[in-house]
Amino acid sequence: MDVAGLLRDFPELTLTGLEQGAIYALVALGYTLVYGVLKLINFAHSEVFMIGSFAALWTWQGLGFVYDAEAAPLGSFLLAVLVGVIAAAGASALTAVTIERVAYRPLRKRNAPPLAFLITAIGASFVLAEGIGVYTHRAPYGMPRLLQPEVVFQLGGWKFTNTQLIVITVTLLAMVALDQFVSRSRLGRGIRAVAQDPDTSALMGVNKDRVIFLVFLIGGLMAGVAALLWNILPIGVAKFNMGFLIGLKAFAAAVLGGIGNLRGALLGGLLLGVAENYAVGLFGTDWKDFVGFVLLVVLLMFRPTGLLGESLGRARA
Amino acid sequence: MTNGEHATPARAANGEHAAPRARGWQAMKSRWSEMPQGMRWAGTGALVVFLYLLPNRWFYEYLWYLPTQASDMATVLFETAFFVLLAVGLNVVVGFAGLLDLGYFGFFAVGAYVVALVTSPESKAIVEYNWLADPITWVAAVPIAVAIAMVSGVILGGPTLRLRGDYLAIVTLGFAEMIRLYASRTEGLLNGDRGIPDVPHPVPGVKDATGDSLFLFDAKPYYWVVLTIIIAVVVLVRNMERSRVGRAWVAIREDEDAAEIMGVNTFKYKLLAFAIGAAIGGLSGAVFAGKQGFINSASFQLESSILVLAAVILGGAGNIGGAIVGATITWYLPEWVRGMGKVFGLSFDPSEYRILAFGLVIIVMMIFRPQGIWPNKRRASEFADRRKEVAANA
Amino acid sequence: MREALLEVDNVTLRFGGVVALNQVDFTLYKGEILGLIGPNGAGKTTCFNAMTGVYRPTEGEIRFGGQRISGKRRYQITKMGIARTFQNIRLFPEMSALENVMVGADAHHRTGALSAMLRLPRHWKEERSGRDRAHDLLRFVGISRPGEQARNLSYGEQRRLEIARALATNPQLLCLDEPAAGFNPAEKDALNQLIRKVRDSGVTVLLIEHDMRLVMGVTDRIVVLEFGKKIAEGTPAEVRENPAVIAAYLGVPTDAS
Repeated sequence: MDVAGLLRDFPELTLTGLEQGAIYALVALGYTLVYGVLKLINFAHSEVFMIGSFAALWTWQGLGFVYDAEAAPLGSFLLAVLVGVIAAAGASALTAVTIERVAYRPLRKRNAPPLAFLITAIGASFVLAEGIGVYTHRAPYGMPRLLQPEVVFQLGGWKFTNTQLIVITVTLLAMVALDQFVSRSRLGRGIRAVAQDPDTSALMGVNKDRVIFLVFLIGGLMAGVAALLWNILPIGVAKFNMGFLIGLKAFAAAVLGGIGNLRGALLGGLLLGVAENYAVGLFGTDWKDFVGFVLLVVLLMFRPTGLLGESLGRARA
Repeated sequence: MTNGEHATPARAANGEHAAPRARGWQAMKSRWSEMPQGMRWAGTGALVVFLYLLPNRWFYEYLWYLPTQASDMATVLFETAFFVLLAVGLNVVVGFAGLLDLGYFGFFAVGAYVVALVTSPESKAIVEYNWLADPITWVAAVPIAVAIAMVSGVILGGPTLRLRGDYLAIVTLGFAEMIRLYASRTEGLLNGDRGIPDVPHPVPGVKDATGDSLFLFDAKPYYWVVLTIIIAVVVLVRNMERSRVGRAWVAIREDEDAAEIMGVNTFKYKLLAFAIGAAIGGLSGAVFAGKQGFINSASFQLESSILVLAAVILGGAGNIGGAIVGATITWYLPEWVRGMGKVFGLSFDPSEYRILAFGLVIIVMMIFRPQGIWPNKRRASEFADRRKEVAANA
Repeated sequence: MREALLEVDNVTLRFGGVVALNQVDFTLYKGEILGLIGPNGAGKTTCFNAMTGVYRPTEGEIRFGGQRISGKRRYQITKMGIARTFQNIRLFPEMSALENVMVGADAHHRTGALSAMLRLPRHWKEERSGRDRAHDLLRFVGISRPGEQARNLSYGEQRRLEIARALATNPQLLCLDEPAAGFNPAEKDALNQLIRKVRDSGVTVLLIEHDMRLVMGVTDRIVVLEFGKKIAEGTPAEVRENPAVIAAYLGVPTDAS
C-alpha cells in the first residue's frame, strides 16, 4: 500500500476518477432505467456502448480524422464532436431499441419467466460483441486524437484539463435534462408510473410498450454520449469486447447508487470512478479493474439497496 | 431399488397421456419406457460400449460420414465429452434450480489452476511461497481442486442468492472476468501468460502395449477418463434429481414462497445447486490441466461460458439427456461441418462463428422453443402454462 | 388447565401509518378447533400471516409451544410444527399429487443431498416412508389419483390436496385459510368431516372462514376480529349471542358465501 503516493497524486486521481466516473454514470443510466421498469439486468447494454464507440470511430474515419494526426483546430474539432455524437448516440439508441424489439418484446408477449429474459439478454450481448468481433477481426482500433489533453486552469494543486471539463460538463447537462424530463414531462410520468406499478398504470391508460421503448431509447442515447466521451479520453480505444468491463463497472455503479434510481446512477458512477483511481494510487494500476466487482459483492452483502435506495417510481427521478 | 419402480406413479400417468398422440420421437420414447427392465439395461449398456469404442480408428472408420474429416476424431471427441461434462454441471444450476450462472468458466479456471499449482514442480506455490514441500500427484490434486471450486462457489453465491437471485448472473460473470484479470498478472501467483508448465498427466504409471505411458499426446485415454467421469456424474445427479433434492428444486421453480412455507429451505437448495455446478466446473478444469500439461492466462476462453449455456438451452434445460445432446451439437457439429466443408473443397471455419451463431440460437430458442429440443416434460408445461395465462388475460 | 399451543400475546402490527392489528391477544389450546372470523378487512389474514411468520409483529409476540416465532425463517416455522394452506390455491402445478405431498413430508426428513446422491439405504428408507405417508394422506383426504398432475385435479381435490400437503409436514397446528371458498354445500359438509378427522388425529386446527354455518358447526371456540381488534371470544353459541359481534356483522353486506 502506497499511502504517500495516494496523497501526493490526490488531486489528479480525484479529477481523473470524476472524469471516468461520469462516463460510468451515463452507462449506468441504461441499466438503472431498464431495471427500474422491467426488473431486468440488460446485459446487452454494454454492447450498446461498444457500438456507439465504433459508430463514432467509423464516422470520424470517414471524415478523414486519423489516429496519428495533430490535434485538430477548434472548428473541425467541434464539427467532429457534433457529427460523432449524432452518430454514436444514434447508433446506440438504434441498437438498444432493436434489442428490445427483436429479443425482449416477443418474450413479454409470451409471458416468459424472468430466467428467459436474463438468458436472452446475455445471448444478445454476445451476438453483438461477436458480430463486431468477426467484422473487425477482433483487432483494437485507436481513436483519432481530436483533442490534446492540456491543463486549462489551476486551483492550488488541482489542475483541470480540457477533457475533464468537457466530460464532466456534458454528463451533468445530460443528467439534469433527463432528471427534468422524467420528473416533469408526461412521458416521464409514464415511466415512473410503470416502474412503480405496471399493472395499475396499464389500467390508468399508460402505454407500457411505449414506456419500455422509451427507457431503451433514453438508455441507448446516454450510452452513445458516454461512448463519444470515452473516445475523446486519452485512453480511448475501440475493441469488440470493450463493453464488457465498462458494462460491469456501470452496473456496479448503478447498484452502488441504488438501482432504479437516476440520481443514484450519477452518484454511484462518480464514486466508483474516484474509488478506482484511489485504488490505482494505493495498490497500482493492476488492481483498478477489481474495484467495481469487489464493491458490487460487498454491497450485496451489506447494503443491497445502494446508497440512495431503489426508487425510479417513487423519487423524483 | 430400480429407477422404474421409483418413478412409477408419475410415469404411469404421463404414459396414459402420451399414448394417443405418440408420433415419431414421442413414439420412440414411449416404446423405450415400455420395454422390459432388462432390455433397457441392455440398450444403455450397448450405448456405453459404443461410446467407449468410438475414438478408435478401426471402429469409427466404418461409421460413414459421422467422423470429423478435418481434425483428429479422438481429439474432437475428447473436447466434445469435456463440453458435455460442463453442460451436465450447468444444467443443475440453470435447468434444475432455475438460476443463471455466467461465470462457469471461472470455476473451471479455479479447478485448473489449483491442480497446476499443487502438482507442477515449477509452480510458485512450491518454488516461491513454499506452501508445499513437494508437488503432489494429479489424482490427489483433483479432490482439492473440486473442493476449492465449490467453496468459491459458496462464497460467491451465499450473499448473492440470499438477497436477490437475479444478481447471480452478473456477479458470476464478473467473477470469471476477475479470475482472468488476476491470472494475467505476471507478478501474481498464477504467473500471467508465462503460466505454469509441467502439470503432470493423470496416471503416469499406466503403460500401453509399446511400453510408453498411456497418458501423453494421444487424446483417446483422456476421452475415456472424461467419459467415465460423465457417467459417474450423471448417475449422481440423476439420483439427486429423483430425491427430495430434486423435488425441492422443482418446488422452488414453480412457487418459491409456497415451497418455503412447506418447509423447504429454499436458500440452501439454491446454494446447493450452484455449488454443485461450481464443483463440476472445477472438476472439468482439473481434467483440462491434466491433459494440457501447461496452463496460462490464455488457456481460458471465458466467453465459452455462453457456449455451455447455449448447449443447455438448446438441448433442453432441466433434462440431463437434453444437456448432453445440446453439448454434442454445440461442439461436435461445427467441427463436423468444417470437415464436410473440406470434403467439398470449401475453406470455411465455422468455429470462428461459434459464439455468434450460438448466441443467436439462444435468442431464437428462448422465443420459439424455450423448453429445448429434448425438453424436460415438466419445464415444457411450465412454459406452456405461462403462455396460456397471457392468452387468457388478453 | 388446558395446554396452550400458540399464544398471540398483545400483538400490534402497523404498516406505515395503518394499524392492521391492534393489541390482539388470544390463545390456541392443544387439540381444539379455533375459528378466526370477522368482516372483510378485519385483519384475519394479517393475523394469520403473523401467526405463520410471514409478518413480524410491531409490538407483542407470538409464541408456539413457548418459543417465539418472530425472527425465524418461514421454513423453520414449518419445521416447528405450524402448517398452512392458502386462500388462493398454491400447489406445485406440474408436480403430481403424490409429489406435492412428498414435498411436505420432506420437511421432517433428515437425509441430505449427499446421501441422496449416493442412494444410501438410510435415504432410501426415508424416501419410501415419505411416499407411503403421502399415499396414506391422499387416501385420508380422499384423492384417488396420486399420479395425476396437480393442475389437472378438480378444484375441490386441489383444496384437499393442499390440506394433505400441509399435514405431511407433521404439524401440531394446521392453519386453514378459507378452505371452503367456492365449495357447494355437499363439499362443505365433507370438509367439516375432514376437519374433525384431522383434529381427531391429534392436530390442532385454526380455521379462517367466511361461511358461518361451517364455522359454527365445526369449531370449539371462535375469536372475532373487527378493524384489527379482538371484539369477542368464546364458544360458537356465546359468540352468536354477543351484541358486539352482531353489530359488527349487521349492516355489513353478507359475503357471497
